[in-house]
Amino acid sequence: MGQIEVPVVRNILQANERLAASNRRRFQEAGIYVINLMSSPGAGKTSLLEKTIDGLAGQLRMAVIEGDIQSSHDAERIRTKGVQAVQINTEGGCHLDANMIQIAVESLELENLDVLIIENVGNLVCPAEFDLGEHDKVMILSVTEGDDKPLKYPLMFQLSSVLVINKVDLLPYIHCDVQLIRERTRQLNGNQEIFEVSCTSGSGMDLWLEWLKKKVQGVKDQLSRQGEA
Amino acid sequence: MPCFAAGGDHPRQGGSLNDLNSWHEDSIVHELSIAQSLLEIVLEESRKHRMTKVRVIRLQVGELAAVVPDSLMFCFGMISENTVACGAILEIEAVPVVARCSQCQLMFEVENHVFSCPECDVPVMDLVSGRDLSVMSMEGEREESDGAD
Repeated sequence: MGQIEVPVVRNILQANERLAASNRRRFQEAGIYVINLMSSPGAGKTSLLEKTIDGLAGQLRMAVIEGDIQSSHDAERIRTKGVQAVQINTEGGCHLDANMIQIAVESLELENLDVLIIENVGNLVCPAEFDLGEHDKVMILSVTEGDDKPLKYPLMFQLSSVLVINKVDLLPYIHCDVQLIRERTRQLNGNQEIFEVSCTSGSGMDLWLEWLKKKVQGVKDQLSRQGEA
Repeated sequence: MPCFAAGGDHPRQGGSLNDLNSWHEDSIVHELSIAQSLLEIVLEESRKHRMTKVRVIRLQVGELAAVVPDSLMFCFGMISENTVACGAILEIEAVPVVARCSQCQLMFEVENHVFSCPECDVPVMDLVSGRDLSVMSMEGEREESDGAD
């Protein structure tokens, strides 16, 4: 028996990253804008989706991939809005990965869509680590969770292009400093877009919807430029 | 950070033994899926290098990576039983978070999660390191050479 030391130098998540790159190509070819929507459980991911579907009805063609540990409750909520929804049950898994998305996408007609929103499993840690092939990571923080969350879950805040601060209608009743959330998340990601909304009252939704429409148009413009080139 | 610190969907409440069991299974699954990818790489490399035993696996884990070393070691120990990597030690080197300013090109270590350039005071998104999750090298025993090399 000879002792040896061998160099390896390989990324442990390379399998996921290869699949994510393949998903990304697929989305780009179809000309659709894709969001990876993340938050802790109960922050309002499905509520934001419902309000977004209502707000964009007749303007954009949407589909949703729902990631949950169990149940198809959320996909059913979305389907009652007349939008295609695919449910992924991770059976204990705390995050979605690129492979699950590749399989789920097969049951969607991507060419007939403008925007796909992937609702990740409710969790502020693990989902941030796994690229799904999305254009942007969007996270929701509800004010009832407290203003200390950017300090405790820095990776998710650092990677998210957008922070939606939800449940602002509850601010009069709780101790949460939105300005402090803004300052803390700015330190992690100075380019982040921040929207303050209430999915219950509908306040602030217009700015979020405008942003989303602009992003969808950006992907379409890019595709048509490529077509001309 | 491990999943059980995640504020996650894991069923923590409800006092039955069933709930408790499912919580334990869920709580390690994020590091478990990383450990599985790691084991695949280790087994593939050990075949390539005709290793009969892997004793040490050296890893680099970025300080911003959402991985807890203890949890990863525990998961890896569990799934590597009955393989050449059974009992292997994971030596984990923490990689600091380093960013590069897009204006002045200064490379600096990010401290206290402040991602802005200390010179220009502009937000910095370009990470040079800190999200690393890589196998760097392995040490162990190799099959007796048959004289071919």
